[in-house]
Amino acid sequence: MVRLTVDEKEIEAEEGQNLLQVCLENGITVPHLCFLEGMENSPASCRLCFVEIEGMDCPVPSCQTVVHDGMVVNTQSPAVRHLQRSALQLLLSAHRVDCSDCPANKRCALQQLAKLLGIPLKVKHLESLAGEVDTRMGHPLLAYDAGRCVLCGRCLYACAKHQEHPLLTFVRRGFSTRVDFKGKTDPAELPCLACLACVEICPVSALGFAGKTLGAA
Amino acid sequence: MKMDRARSDPWQTEEEAESDAVSAVLAGREKHRKNLIPILQEIQHKLGYLSEAAMEAVAEHLSISHSEVYGVASFYNQFRFHPPGKHQIKVCLGTACHVAGGGIILENFERKLGVKAGETTADREFSVERVACVGCCALAPVAVVDEAVEAHIAPSRIEGIFLGFQRQKEQQEKEVREGELSS
Repeated sequence: MVRLTVDEKEIEAEEGQNLLQVCLENGITVPHLCFLEGMENSPASCRLCFVEIEGMDCPVPSCQTVVHDGMVVNTQSPAVRHLQRSALQLLLSAHRVDCSDCPANKRCALQQLAKLLGIPLKVKHLESLAGEVDTRMGHPLLAYDAGRCVLCGRCLYACAKHQEHPLLTFVRRGFSTRVDFKGKTDPAELPCLACLACVEICPVSALGFAGKTLGAA
Repeated sequence: MKMDRARSDPWQTEEEAESDAVSAVLAGREKHRKNLIPILQEIQHKLGYLSEAAMEAVAEHLSISHSEVYGVASFYNQFRFHPPGKHQIKVCLGTACHVAGGGIILENFERKLGVKAGETTADREFSVERVACVGCCALAPVAVVDEAVEAHIAPSRIEGIFLGFQRQKEQQEKEVREGELSS
């Protein structure tokens, strides 16, 4: 057991646990998108879970930090909030903000994060990267809206967890990275209809059923 | 662009040849996912590109999903998913060419041929690619058509390039015809 202080609150944790997990278990809100509770290796790609740790020069992503005894953590310092706001604004600049037509409206992770961090959903000072609505993907049962997707990778994690051979993957790279599928196009040969964990877990409703428009839930 | 796979006869033999080549590559490789990239490289070396069927065979050999193979392959610029055309057009979009309007040149080629960068025309005559710096930035914007460097290329030059190919083709056809007549 190790003892640490987070936001002036003393907490105990198992040795070797990651800091973000410990915070979440103790009811301390730390913004995060790509990390899911129980995840062994966080992709650390959303850049939202920053915290400040006494003795360290700059904020660190808490999902990549292992707890140690006597750690003093601040999850809400101005430097942390500044980084989180910038990260969220970058994510929002690549997201088509059209909440009234989105099935994720009111339960969207981006809306919750923006509210928590006190920033508007429309980012004015950054060029928008979100393209036109195009929900085609290689999968016969799924529709994917790249303009909504923030590439958090939760769907890939869910797919890998539920299926021996993950069906979803990131394809291409850089600005043209997207989630896609390659393989058999006969729905009967795919395990997807019985699973749909990816659709369930998507925080921004970028994945949905094909045939049904993503706009209408 | 999709190759017309419905026309079974002339294509079938090619597919079979491809499939044999892929099997030969796979036969010599241990079934371990660490071999994925070397296998893909060898297949591309032999076939000139990675076909859907080839990626599926690789996935099966390594017991990973087709998606994963495609995900890895599509990350790297060196892999192509369309067979190379008889004439290859490489448009430079390195810094100097980008600034000098290389993007417009690429767009013109794409529009002229009706394909996107990385694709091949249906008749397999032309393939268009974007490359990052061919090493002669002073000549920007540059396109490399087969082996020839087209320096300071203007959109109006593109029509000329294809006219040249057209002439060349007509000339060859004429020679063939004359050859047939004289024999």
